[in-house]
Amino acid sequence: MAVATTTKTGARPSWSGRRPSVPAWAGTVPFFAYVGVFLLLPTGIVVVDSLKNPNGSWAVSNVTELGNPLVRGYFIGSLKLCLLSSVSGAVLGAILAYAVASGNPDGVVRRLYISASGVLAQFGGVTLAFAFLVTIGPVGLLFHASWYYEFPWGIGLIYTYFQIPLMVLVFLPAIDGLKVQWREASENLGSSAWQYWRYVGGPLLAPAFLGATLLLFANALSAFATIQAWENQIAYIVPQQISTALSSEVGLSNVNVADLLALGMVILVAIVMTGYALLQRRAARWLR
Amino acid sequence: MRSSYRFALAGVAAATLLAAGCSSSSSSSGSSSSSTSTTNWATEASASAGGGISALVAAAKKEGALNVIALPPTWANYGAIISAFTAKYGIKVNSALPDGTSQQEVDAVKTENGTAKAPDVLDIGMAVALANTSLFAPYEVSTWSSIPTAQKASNGIWVQDYGGYMAIGYSSKFGTITSLNQLLGPQFKNAVALNGNPTSANAGLNGVMMANLAEGGTASDISKGVDFFSKLKAAGNFSPVSATGATIKAGTTPVVFNWDYLNLPSYVGVSNWKVFIPSNVALGGYYAQAVNKDAPHPAAARLWEEFLYSQATSGGQNLWLEGGARPVEQAAMQTNGSINTAAASKLPAVSVTPTFLSPSQATDAANYLAANWAKAVG
Repeated sequence: MAVATTTKTGARPSWSGRRPSVPAWAGTVPFFAYVGVFLLLPTGIVVVDSLKNPNGSWAVSNVTELGNPLVRGYFIGSLKLCLLSSVSGAVLGAILAYAVASGNPDGVVRRLYISASGVLAQFGGVTLAFAFLVTIGPVGLLFHASWYYEFPWGIGLIYTYFQIPLMVLVFLPAIDGLKVQWREASENLGSSAWQYWRYVGGPLLAPAFLGATLLLFANALSAFATIQAWENQIAYIVPQQISTALSSEVGLSNVNVADLLALGMVILVAIVMTGYALLQRRAARWLR
Repeated sequence: MRSSYRFALAGVAAATLLAAGCSSSSSSSGSSSSSTSTTNWATEASASAGGGISALVAAAKKEGALNVIALPPTWANYGAIISAFTAKYGIKVNSALPDGTSQQEVDAVKTENGTAKAPDVLDIGMAVALANTSLFAPYEVSTWSSIPTAQKASNGIWVQDYGGYMAIGYSSKFGTITSLNQLLGPQFKNAVALNGNPTSANAGLNGVMMANLAEGGTASDISKGVDFFSKLKAAGNFSPVSATGATIKAGTTPVVFNWDYLNLPSYVGVSNWKVFIPSNVALGGYYAQAVNKDAPHPAAARLWEEFLYSQATSGGQNLWLEGGARPVEQAAMQTNGSINTAAASKLPAVSVTPTFLSPSQATDAANYLAANWAKAVG
């Protein structure tokens, strides 16, 4: 193996004179091993298994199953829920983030909001569903909303509970990046508040806002436990149908269909994250 | 996500294999060399073929442990059954994944095959049992002749154990329910729940089938049941929440379609709870026992089966009955007088001839639901 030799420096004590000669890429090995084992390998297994029959033979025609109206229905359900919760979460979270940013940068309120958002953005699953069940469910303490089981409205509301805090966390740096001087400059030139947001603030924040919305979208796409605890008598979204395909005890389980549905989600996430990366690149230009 | 999970399982399995390698090999060599008989219980299809019950007990005690899976302690009295077994034989019972599904049991048999953690015995739904008979070892318990012919495989590869009838449990705040159509009334807003998604859970599928039979449908065609739930949904009465003990206690699912043994007030733990079985429908369903053919504790697995099918006062059959489940030997035990009559009289009475879904009827129903359920109640 060709190895770059390290140069000895005479001033050094002799015990460090012969450093083990390690190629530069060696430092990346743990990272790539980790990513390989926990991301690339499982994804590869999903892709390969989704193109096979339960008996192990190749069946590339499985892909046409993604066009099946039933399967399309699960993806449409996922899209509806993700769009509803990411757009509403992004708008409300952005407003909240702006309110926080316009306060004292070292104030208690700001620190409180940021820590609370950090906690609540991770709040989900059965606990969250149960919290809503006892507040707005059929015997809810607060009120009886007739729409709380109407997909996607009730579950969309629940998702905003963790989407809004996540938006605050990811959008706050962008708002902080708006320089006071820009506002002053536009006011000196005689612009109104509307004109400032229309021609300066809005365009500056748009890429970051859209990027954060996409992040929220991907966040909602993979959520499973919350909706499973809230409404699970039919599969509304793809992860629920994957669960059915894996564990149906009435004879409808099919690992390859589950892999195929997972493949569909991988494709969806790839599209969303590519969009996110492109928007982030554009946003970063302004924030330097 | 799923594949990463499977990969993790494989890793755990490999680690366990390494760790358990010496212990499992020493125990198997011990049982074959030092035991008085050289019986290999993994291939014996009955206790008598292996040298009798006492030889089986001795071999099981030597193994010292039993791996069970997906047995919730509150389900069909399994908590008491497990402690009674341990008390009687001094064999430790390792209970894995108590809330698992039948499919997860079979998956565990496959993924943990060859490790000391693999399940020895399974308690599974019939659809899963029939689809996986190649994983099981045939075994006939001593009370084999007490089990109705239709409820066991002739070669002993599976045998039904306990079951019940689909029933509607409901909160007494609704008064008395006497017919299915009452559930379409306005006082049942968001109240009526199944025990699980019918395309996934056996109890859910049978709930729809019960409505189907009550509405005049046949066991071969579940469409009238789906139509009933569609009407229920249109009336705003269908609850998309799967009923559990917690949702019943919280009051979010005040009407539940479920097996009667999971629907009794004593099981549900709610005092104002009533049970109703439509007078023209007795839809029965039984779970089945099967022994893993590669069981890490082959003798203990077979002794467990003997215990479950024992007609003794504190044997498995009467313990299931005390948990509200109907044991498979119930008719024979009523005849020979070994049944716990007090426990038997607590079960809801069934007057009509019970219906049991054949495997093909169950498959047809599942396929119909796969195509139509989401449309009907979505």
